[in-house]
Amino acid sequence: MIHLRGITKRFGDYPALHGIDLDVAPGEFIALLGPSGSGKTTLLRIIAGLEFQDSGTVLLGGDDVSRTPVADRHVGFVFQHYALFRHMTVADNVAFGLSVRRGKGRLPKAARRARAEELLRLVQLEGLGPRYPGQLSGGQRQRVALARALAIEPRLLLLDEPFGALDAKVRKDLRRWLRDLHKAMGLTSIFVTHDQEEALELADRVVVMNQGRIEQVGAPDAVYMNPETPFVSHFVGETNRLPAPGGEIHFRPHEITLAADGAEALLVDNVFRKGAVWRAEGLLEGSGQFVELDLPSSGDAPQLGQTIRFHPHRARMFNAAGDHTQGETR
Amino acid sequence: MLPGFGLSFGFTLAWLTLIVLIPLATIFLKAAGLGWAEFVEVGFSERAMAAYQLSFGTAAAAGLVNVVFGLVVAWVLVRYDFPGKQVVSALVDLPFALPTAVAGIALTALYAPQGWIGQFLEPLGIKVAFTWIGITIALVFIGLPFVVRSVEPVLADLGRDVEEAAATLGATRWQTFTQVIFPAIGPALLTGFALAFARGVGEYGSVIFISGNMPGRTEIAPLLIVTQLEQYAYAGATAIAVVMMLASFAVLLLINLIQAASRRRMGA
Amino acid sequence: MSTRATTESPIMRAVLITVALVFLGFFLLLPLLAVFSEALREGAGPFLDALHTPDALAAIRLTLLIAAISVPLNMVFGIAASWAITKFQFPGKALLITLIDLPFSVSPVVSGLIFVLLFGANGLFGAWLAEHDLKIIFAVPGIVLATVFITFPFVARELIPLMLEQGKDDEEAAISLGASGWQTFWHVTLPNIRWGLLYGVLLCNARAMGEFGAVSVVSGHIRGETNTMPLHVEILYNEYDFVGAFAVASLLALLALVTLVAKTVLEWRFGLHAGARH
Repeated sequence: MIHLRGITKRFGDYPALHGIDLDVAPGEFIALLGPSGSGKTTLLRIIAGLEFQDSGTVLLGGDDVSRTPVADRHVGFVFQHYALFRHMTVADNVAFGLSVRRGKGRLPKAARRARAEELLRLVQLEGLGPRYPGQLSGGQRQRVALARALAIEPRLLLLDEPFGALDAKVRKDLRRWLRDLHKAMGLTSIFVTHDQEEALELADRVVVMNQGRIEQVGAPDAVYMNPETPFVSHFVGETNRLPAPGGEIHFRPHEITLAADGAEALLVDNVFRKGAVWRAEGLLEGSGQFVELDLPSSGDAPQLGQTIRFHPHRARMFNAAGDHTQGETR
Repeated sequence: MLPGFGLSFGFTLAWLTLIVLIPLATIFLKAAGLGWAEFVEVGFSERAMAAYQLSFGTAAAAGLVNVVFGLVVAWVLVRYDFPGKQVVSALVDLPFALPTAVAGIALTALYAPQGWIGQFLEPLGIKVAFTWIGITIALVFIGLPFVVRSVEPVLADLGRDVEEAAATLGATRWQTFTQVIFPAIGPALLTGFALAFARGVGEYGSVIFISGNMPGRTEIAPLLIVTQLEQYAYAGATAIAVVMMLASFAVLLLINLIQAASRRRMGA
Repeated sequence: MSTRATTESPIMRAVLITVALVFLGFFLLLPLLAVFSEALREGAGPFLDALHTPDALAAIRLTLLIAAISVPLNMVFGIAASWAITKFQFPGKALLITLIDLPFSVSPVVSGLIFVLLFGANGLFGAWLAEHDLKIIFAVPGIVLATVFITFPFVARELIPLMLEQGKDDEEAAISLGASGWQTFWHVTLPNIRWGLLYGVLLCNARAMGEFGAVSVVSGHIRGETNTMPLHVEILYNEYDFVGAFAVASLLALLALVTLVAKTVLEWRFGLHAGARH
């Protein structure tokens, strides 16, 4: 469906992307995950044609669109702040892509209206066509933006931080709804997010990006359980780090076994409930390293000042160069 | 609760009443004292009608010129970078800062038949100074910043993402401009036009030097007021002033109503 | 790299920039150049001579005097009005703001006329003033009144949005710490608004010194007595003393340039904005 080869992009002196290669299969739901400045939005905009790469090629469904302007790419794009046309009704917003179409593909007005109504039904905004975007809630606007992007029957749907501007509750509902829509319509979609939870929950595959490079591509489970670089280990999920000869050992707060003879000892200086578990934080005896542990909350809460002895039962070792050397299980 | 409300509010109201409200009320009082028949006779005399026509016509023409070029100037200042942009931006406010009489004699020096520009237009048969064209040019000068400064912030505020959205939906640049950008800045353009128009109708200093001041031909309404005053024709001056003020207020009110209606409609 | 759909082609850009610059060149820059060029047409000697006449000097003095009276008056008013409007809630606030703006929508000539109707020989108070041997119209007080009216909204117009944006937290904090109203104003509010105040005063002053229409109606054009600089420009021009007229005009143009530079500096440094209405 999409093949990116050697995409590079500089903004002045600032290198935004260093040679990105990525393949996306039809029907996939892909998350571009990374911190701000990682190049994820730039990559999305290059795929859309809103920016042009300095070198490399973009293949879309077999066509080389590397130099094709955005208007001719036929790609749906949902903007972070919706970018709705404030002076147009919701229906006119949705029908915009149809009304600017020229040539023989142009639908008569009645057909465009019908199509807009149909799309509004699809995004569950039936009857809101005559309203203006200013009269809608954030979640409703987001769905209008989506309907508008879908109106042109895009071969690819791109979403830039689609839930970034919404409050937590709406975000959660909309996430599930988008996932269902993607499946039901058989779309190929790529979305950008800095929220790892969002990426892991929604995507078929997660592309973790950092400083203009792809750190790891994989299924959410793989990225979470087997991070290939210290960055991924740190950025996706919570991670404790222990210095080790020649590198670092990374383990998740829950990847531990409590044992009286455990190799590590945590002096607890803060305890709180984190959902279904107790979270205990403090410094390790000896190394003085800060560590967070998850303990089953069926037991009593750990006490402040208490020493918890444990050892990681599952951990990853990264050498000093940041390469993944082995996933060890103790 | 902060102190000083009584003092500041009282002083504001008293000073406003003394300096603005009472003097302005006087003119309406005086006009009311004329009686309807006399008011119509002096306020809508043939000479007065010609002056209104000229003042409103040239103010509208200048406003339209400024809508077109003011939009281009605002666009260029907001969207593009070029050397000397800051200076150009500061220069746009010149008509706000330059005394109108200075602008008046300078424009006359340029457009008089022997002037810098006039000498090239004269052989072409184009007379600018002492015609309605000259008046319009003076009003273009006076009105330009109103349009530029009204449009600039709205254009700067208009997110690039909206234009990008139009592009991803297949719109050409021209379609994006006419269907997305122009409707968004339309209200600001209208405001700019109205402000420039209202100012132009009442403008005096920059116009009287270039206009030639021929009664019935190039005599603007404010000048007619002055002429009437010089002839101690207070009734005429008052009636003309009231007609002008009411017309200007009506235009501003109309525009405010249109804007409020469109804001309400869009739920913003 | 051109992105055709989200910006204009380089050619289109160049065309638009050229159109804007040519337009501004013809309508703004050329008139400005014409003022100085005409003033210096016969060299520096006649230019300086024209400024050195007693009438010109009297006009300069009068203009400075008018500004020195009317600008502080409007400054005090502007501060009081914006304090009342931004620190308190009261019914009719929107109406009050509209009324303060009113002089912007009145023709300068009408602004002069209203004072003639009030204080002129045939005006409402004309007889009473004559009885007490007081002169307002065709005298300095009339010019001051007209100027105050014309420049009435300037300071308030700049301060209201600025003080609205700053809120009243600082003042409430000061009062809660035991400061009196005046102490709060001098030590908290005034330092917060000083650059905005200066900005408003600058624009107010430029207009006060340059006002023509309103002043023309009330002044009576008495040379050496009630002639401000803009009026003097008109008189010299009508007497075909073009060098003299443009010489005085060039001083006013310099004032305008200084105002523009100071205004631009304030905008850069303090992020102040002028509204579209002046």
